[in-house]
Amino acid sequence: MARVLVGVKRVIDYAVKVRVKPDKTGVVTQGVKHSMNPFDEIAVEEAVKMKEKKLATEVIAVSVGPAQSAEVIRTAMAMGADRGVHVEVPQAEYELLQPIHISKILAKLALDEKADLVILGKQAIDDDANQTAQMTAAVLNWPQGTFCNKIEKTDAGLTITREIDGGLETIKTKIPAVLSADLRLNTPRYATLPNIMKAKKKPLKKVTAKDLGIDTTPRIDIISVEDPPVRQAGATVADVDALVAKLKEGGHI
Amino acid sequence: MRFQRLLQMRRLATSASASATLMRAPKQTTHHSTMGTSLSVRTMAGSGAAIPELTQITDNVQRGNYATLNDADVAHFEKLLGTNHVLTEDLEGYNICFLKRIRGNSKLVLKPGNTEEVAAIMRYCNERKLAVVPQGGNTGLVGGSVPICDEIVLSLQRLNKVLSVDEVTGIAIVESGCILENFDQRARDVGLTVPLDLGAKASCHIGGNVSTNAGGVRVVRYGNLHGSVLGVEAVLANGQVLDLMSNFKKDNTGYHMKHLFIGSEGTLGVITKLSMLCPHSSKAVNVAFIGLNSFDDVLKTFVSAKRNLGEILSSCELIDERALNTALQQFKFLNAPISGFPFYMLIETSGSNGDHDEEKINQFIGDGMERGEIQDGTVTGDPGKVQEIWKIREMVPLGLIEKSFCFKYDISLPLRDFYSIVDVMRERCGSLATIVCGYGHLGDSNLHLNVSCDEFNDEIYKRVEPFVYEYTSKLKGSISAEHGIGFLKKDYLHYSKNSVAIDWMRDMKKLLDPNGILNPYKVLN
Repeated sequence: MARVLVGVKRVIDYAVKVRVKPDKTGVVTQGVKHSMNPFDEIAVEEAVKMKEKKLATEVIAVSVGPAQSAEVIRTAMAMGADRGVHVEVPQAEYELLQPIHISKILAKLALDEKADLVILGKQAIDDDANQTAQMTAAVLNWPQGTFCNKIEKTDAGLTITREIDGGLETIKTKIPAVLSADLRLNTPRYATLPNIMKAKKKPLKKVTAKDLGIDTTPRIDIISVEDPPVRQAGATVADVDALVAKLKEGGHI
Repeated sequence: MRFQRLLQMRRLATSASASATLMRAPKQTTHHSTMGTSLSVRTMAGSGAAIPELTQITDNVQRGNYATLNDADVAHFEKLLGTNHVLTEDLEGYNICFLKRIRGNSKLVLKPGNTEEVAAIMRYCNERKLAVVPQGGNTGLVGGSVPICDEIVLSLQRLNKVLSVDEVTGIAIVESGCILENFDQRARDVGLTVPLDLGAKASCHIGGNVSTNAGGVRVVRYGNLHGSVLGVEAVLANGQVLDLMSNFKKDNTGYHMKHLFIGSEGTLGVITKLSMLCPHSSKAVNVAFIGLNSFDDVLKTFVSAKRNLGEILSSCELIDERALNTALQQFKFLNAPISGFPFYMLIETSGSNGDHDEEKINQFIGDGMERGEIQDGTVTGDPGKVQEIWKIREMVPLGLIEKSFCFKYDISLPLRDFYSIVDVMRERCGSLATIVCGYGHLGDSNLHLNVSCDEFNDEIYKRVEPFVYEYTSKLKGSISAEHGIGFLKKDYLHYSKNSVAIDWMRDMKKLLDPNGILNPYKVLN
């Protein structure tokens, strides 16, 4: 029986077109729809499933970010998490926060809450860093199981099937451990109406990084955020000869 | 967009061939040859594995008294449009309808680039008495946009420009061959939206939508195209350009002739340009997917939605248990939020204030649950989740034609009697049918009735038709709510329009197209 800590990040919804700010200091977030990072949804689903199978006693959802991050914690609780911890960081500071900061916060919370398992999404779809789970394991000095495709309870701990280049790898680990959820681990459930209502009454604790004794001083400056280059328009040529001539002209053949 | 590619991968992984078979129609070409009457294949969807037999043969169509295309004609068109825009080979995509039910035998496809070229083509064809079928994205469901015999295909695909979008007035001027989704994207760039949305949006043309008065899932909010289209420019059968463009919502000058071209399915003229009143796109969209225990509860919930969500309600769809389960079985990548109810509703709100709308929809659902009308469900404002829930609704029609033969009907019925036809039909068909189900646009009283069976047989056909039309007619419903009449339903027009009306339609057709060269074999017998 274990207590599970899941990380849930608030990101720009995957169906929204991301736009770079005109001053190139970042992307437009004002008035843009946000939702839970899809990989974190998978992590929540896995934790809730463990609880349903009585492999876990309690599921705690954690989010680090500005005031609105509480929304994704509510969503996690509507999916089945028991309670939430919101580590509030002001927006301006949040933009310079990196996986190193987040992993220190998560590690501290894992110890404070006496968690036996930390499950995180393998990466967030906004910065695509794919570092937080690995760093959290390092800070805690716990074993890590990343890119989980399947998580099974075995006597000594967990048997994990991992997605790796060209196939799957099966490993065994003891707990406590840090795991990261890959795409095929499960299909997250929808939060149903009665559970959305119930989630409103579940406890949500608010703390700051300072309360936890974690230094979140920025280690980077954002110099410029740019759009990817725009694909050049194609052209139609009359026949094969013209095509060959064009290709030669462009130095392609 | 970033996560979507990954999601697609998961879908592929979990449903081996789902995407490959998505558009494939079920096996049953063989029926055509075994069926005695031409009538018996009329309204069925999803026929034909590879290439169906020529419709002229299967449906016994007598070719009209038109001239036959010759080399001089082709040379004339090549001179007019340039050789690149005159096709005489590989015409299958233009000859076969979306459902692979109709196959014409056209030898020529013309792709004009502007109104003048369309006019020149029509003038020439009228003089030569060559029949013409205007074609947009070829996504119609009643065979209205494909040739039946050897009509020349007039493809509007090069008239694809959005000419202007006025942010202040909300009026957009667009050429008829513009793809609906591209048009909508342009409108969205300035904070507007096209007041029309339907499953085929990525390939259908706005001109085709207007010509067929297409419905879709937003009619409950924005009304149909007779209201949204402010003006059209159409080329008549004789090549005359009829300019009925208007930049104003209010214009009571003379007869409102634009309406003649909205929904007349290309039989009275070829729409080349139109102006559309585009509403502002909503900042906040919320979707609820709910389960209910009876159709009575569905009606109560609908009334409650109108009352409590009135000004923000943008869609109200019904899916019954059998329709939903069929889609879920066929497409494993679909993830239904709830299960185990006889009826499901998809309710969407679109408004300007997210918090405000959320409060309203939560109140609406809370009250419904308290009264015991709404049993369970989910509600979300996350754009990704909204899309996923809509996907369930959009896959329902495809699920039904995926593995079986399906009789499909698109009817308008009074809401009180909206669903009873499904039960009546189920009883009539008994064990002959595998699935009898209904879904559709409850908010517009538009039911899609479907009767599936393993393969076509005359026995079940006789139980279904003409019963379904008689039943609809008795209730003063419409036998074609949004798909049109086209080729497939012209024999049934009389169930919804009396002979006086049909005679006047014929006279109007004669007046505007005396030689009958525009989209022949369609709408009227």
